[in-house]
Amino acid sequence: MSSIIELNGVSKSFGGVKANADISMKVEKGGITGLIGPNGSGKTTLFNSIVGYHPIDKGSIKFEGQEISKMLVPEIARLGLLRTFQTTRIYGAMNCVQNMLISLPHRKMSLMDALKRNTREDYERAEHLLEFVGLYEKRNLRSGSLSFGQQKLLEFAMALMNEPTVLLLDEPTAGINPTLINGLIDRLKRANSEFGITLLIIEHNMRVIMNMADTVYCLAHGEMLASGKPEDIQDDPRVIDAYLGAH
Amino acid sequence: MNKALLYIAIIAFTIVAPFLFPAYNTQLATLWLMIIVALSWDMTGGQMGYNSLGNIFFYGTGMYVAAVVTIGLVYNVGEYTAASGGGIYEWTPTQYYTGLALSLIAAGLFCSLCAIIIGYLTFGLRGPYFAIGTLGVAIAAGELVSNWDWVGGGQGISMPSPPGDFENFKFLIYFLYAATGVALFMFCKWLYSTRFGAAINAIRDDEEKAEAMGIHTLRYKLVAWAMSAFFVGVAGAISAFQLIHFEPLETAYQTINLGIFMVVCVLLGGKGTLWGPVIGAIMFHVFKELTWNYFLGWQWVALGALIVVVVVYFQDGLMGWLATKKPEWFGETIEEKPVEAAQ
Repeated sequence: MSSIIELNGVSKSFGGVKANADISMKVEKGGITGLIGPNGSGKTTLFNSIVGYHPIDKGSIKFEGQEISKMLVPEIARLGLLRTFQTTRIYGAMNCVQNMLISLPHRKMSLMDALKRNTREDYERAEHLLEFVGLYEKRNLRSGSLSFGQQKLLEFAMALMNEPTVLLLDEPTAGINPTLINGLIDRLKRANSEFGITLLIIEHNMRVIMNMADTVYCLAHGEMLASGKPEDIQDDPRVIDAYLGAH
Repeated sequence: MNKALLYIAIIAFTIVAPFLFPAYNTQLATLWLMIIVALSWDMTGGQMGYNSLGNIFFYGTGMYVAAVVTIGLVYNVGEYTAASGGGIYEWTPTQYYTGLALSLIAAGLFCSLCAIIIGYLTFGLRGPYFAIGTLGVAIAAGELVSNWDWVGGGQGISMPSPPGDFENFKFLIYFLYAATGVALFMFCKWLYSTRFGAAINAIRDDEEKAEAMGIHTLRYKLVAWAMSAFFVGVAGAISAFQLIHFEPLETAYQTINLGIFMVVCVLLGGKGTLWGPVIGAIMFHVFKELTWNYFLGWQWVALGALIVVVVVYFQDGLMGWLATKKPEWFGETIEEKPVEAAQ
């Protein structure tokens, strides 16, 4: 497997706070990569750096071999590198199907294509994906009236609708009922295997991430603490110290 | 089926109304003007979330484009305005109607071009800043034009008088507005059913998310505003022929009158809906004419009170109020998957 995202020596500070210091990591194409670390360890900052929300101070970020650290959010999104938000962002005033149809990959459309109506296939795909995340029955409801967990599922379905190459998920299971989490893990895995989408996941729930990821990176205090297979990370004393506090 | 009947009834009424109520011909024409500016304001204000207070710029610019095209086809515009009506300038009917037809198209296209240029400069602004920024553009344009002697400066400019009977000319104006209004309504109905329509809704609801999903936000915003400006420009051009003489600050770039009225119409009817601006324009026009007739002297107070009541109590307008009262009318239901499809 080759790497699709490559970070080399990425640093980012906010004033005196070093959110990320000299981070290097690789996301394997077609795989599931996990990113863990205690609160405030710089995970979301790293995500934001990758998708272009803020410029980085040092280092390089490559997507499919192309340097993207100087590019803007919409430009990066149009390359097929998509992110979901820690606090979900959906279009609350619209129903679920509309939310899905808006998420069609506009980057692949010319203006003339955009001035066409959605096709029968678009609707079918939207409904199929809503069924995939278990929201089919609620498809005609205002998405803002859904519960937080359902909104997260909707946001995930919207991301799949967009046919991304890589999907960056910021805590996909946070706020979701534990009984639904197993279903979500299964769906994430299927998105990876069936749709061939490379996943990079920030997650606090160790059971979830150890269950899914091929490779796990652990951040602490803005630095890369450890990386490797889930089993190795789980037993790494430095990781345990970072989470539980070293004595 | 019922919908088709409704549309046919509306079109039929549109056609016979000026003949049934010839005394109200000008009123009905103005009503169509309100519908046009309200519908086109809603394209960006309601559907895309960019509340422009400067759409009146396109109305005024449309008027001046019409004047320059119609006069310029036959005479030298600078000499014409310098003569201030002193010279003898006449148009044959053919020249007049050629000017009229070309004016409408030229005004629309020129305003679209202006929208793209102004949009490029102002679409970085969000929310109230965009509203103030565009208002500034409209006010500045009025001041600039009133100091531009080539188009008549603060005196304004006169269009040629219409050839033939003036009563017939009123019908022509009415039907020009009505045709533009119907075309705009059908255009909006089609546009909001496309992916483009959905995308501008996405920009309204969460532009950052739309960007993160790879939607070409700036491009779509420019195109939407250019479409909206086209129709306002055409309406302005028709107004130029209707009013015959107009001046820059009170008529063409009338920010505090029509510039605000179009927003109030949309607020009354319901932002971001297809029918809202139309219903709002009718409600507003009736309200305005009633107060102007029966409460003269207090009409601005009444109008102010109406705006306050709408903004405080009915922010979503009539259609929005209906949508919260009767969500099922708008298709908001829980629907189980049909059994055969689930297998």
